Amino acid sequence: MTDKQAYLQYVNRRAARSPVLRNCAAAFWVGGSICLGGQLLRALYRALGASPDAAGTLVSITLVFFSALATGLGIFDTIARYAGAGTLLPITGFANAVVSPAIDTKSEGFVLGVGAKIFTVAGPVLLYGTAASVLYGLIYWVYVLFS
Amino acid sequence: MGHIWEFEAPARVLSHASAVGREEFLGPLGSLFDYHDESDRFGAKTWEKAEGALGATVFNLALGRAGLSHTAIDLLLAGDLQNQCVASSGGLSVFGVPYLGLYGACSTFVEGLLVSALALNAAQPLSRVAVVTTSHNCAAERQFRLPLEYGGQRTPTAQWTATAGGCLLLERGRQGVCLTAGMAGRMVDGGVSDAANMGAAMAPAAADSLVRWFRESGESPTDYDAIITGDLGQEGSEILSDLLAMKGLSLSDRHRDCGVLLYDRARQDVHAGGSGCGCCASVTAALFLPQLLRGEMRRVLLMATGALMSPTSVQQGGSIVGIAPIVRMEVLEK
Repeated sequence: MTDKQAYLQYVNRRAARSPVLRNCAAAFWVGGSICLGGQLLRALYRALGASPDAAGTLVSITLVFFSALATGLGIFDTIARYAGAGTLLPITGFANAVVSPAIDTKSEGFVLGVGAKIFTVAGPVLLYGTAASVLYGLIYWVYVLFS
Repeated sequence: MGHIWEFEAPARVLSHASAVGREEFLGPLGSLFDYHDESDRFGAKTWEKAEGALGATVFNLALGRAGLSHTAIDLLLAGDLQNQCVASSGGLSVFGVPYLGLYGACSTFVEGLLVSALALNAAQPLSRVAVVTTSHNCAAERQFRLPLEYGGQRTPTAQWTATAGGCLLLERGRQGVCLTAGMAGRMVDGGVSDAANMGAAMAPAAADSLVRWFRESGESPTDYDAIITGDLGQEGSEILSDLLAMKGLSLSDRHRDCGVLLYDRARQDVHAGGSGCGCCASVTAALFLPQLLRGEMRRVLLMATGALMSPTSVQQGGSIVGIAPIVRMEVLEK
């Protein structure tokens, strides 16, 4: 095992894997519960007279608000350590990804700290999400042109 | 030509101190530390400054235990995990003691002990030297990984940077607990590039140092009461055992790892165990040194392990170089 590749193989073979099934189950029920909560909120906003579009937006705003609050109170990471993708994938994960660097970098000032570093985690999602939507728009535009 | 330095004048441990944060205090060694701060803040406003304050705390505690003023210290050797070692300079500059900043990642504590022995063995030696190393979980998470409140999961091989610091004061002398020999580690690149498996990245360097030590000294692990490693964690400790077995060396029941001892892995969410410059320093000062002072152990080998990397080097896919300096501590009678 003197050579690097053999050592790497040995290391990878012996390293304990993350408990995938347990993680999936946790993600399923926590993520599902968040989505169910979103659906109930939507029904509530609809019942209060919001249009379908407005109700959807209000649901997002509400979920983002509570994620940001939970992040600030230091609860979010505790839940996420258990729930994994269950809290990461819904809009709750995105809110946490923006708020957590904002809290962290406050000590470096509002311009070079919070201002410059707030998107260090969410940045890739913003960049490639925006780029993908432009690409999708172009494809759709070409599709409409020829059909 | 050998690599082991036998110190002509042993460096005697004059005083020691340790301090930790909340998670470490809640661990199995909690009651042994001289000081702990439930808030992890150590009176400072930022995590980075908190690490500096932690260094100043252990330095003050060690001075107090020896009944000395900082003016009695001729050289301060300190290091931490922050970029440009700012925790050490920020926290310890107020003392005005001549200073050398050290960086050996998590191996810095033993690196400091080696340099201190050199200073005490110079042709015109210094009389008293202090070694201080610290690490802070929050400062390290921010610098090396993700924001503190970010919600994510970690792999089972990941380690937890300890919020901890330790200080030893040393002087020339051959009575009590003394450093009698040491050896610098070789930088060993095992090819591991996963920063969530630092145990595997450091184990080859640890094995290299131990094999060289026992081959050159002619000693065997049973000549020691304990062979202490800094922060290999559970994963790295098991790998070390495998690597040594291939070289025909067994540490048997002598091996202790500070990273494994610092937390209760079943109860605390630290995965493979603790890491950081303060891990080895605090556990040595709180657990092993008192055992030597009480005569429960006579002779130990202390080997800190470091993973030499930066966030940039890891992101660029570079492999993590390991390092493992060794120092021998033994109880000498006059």
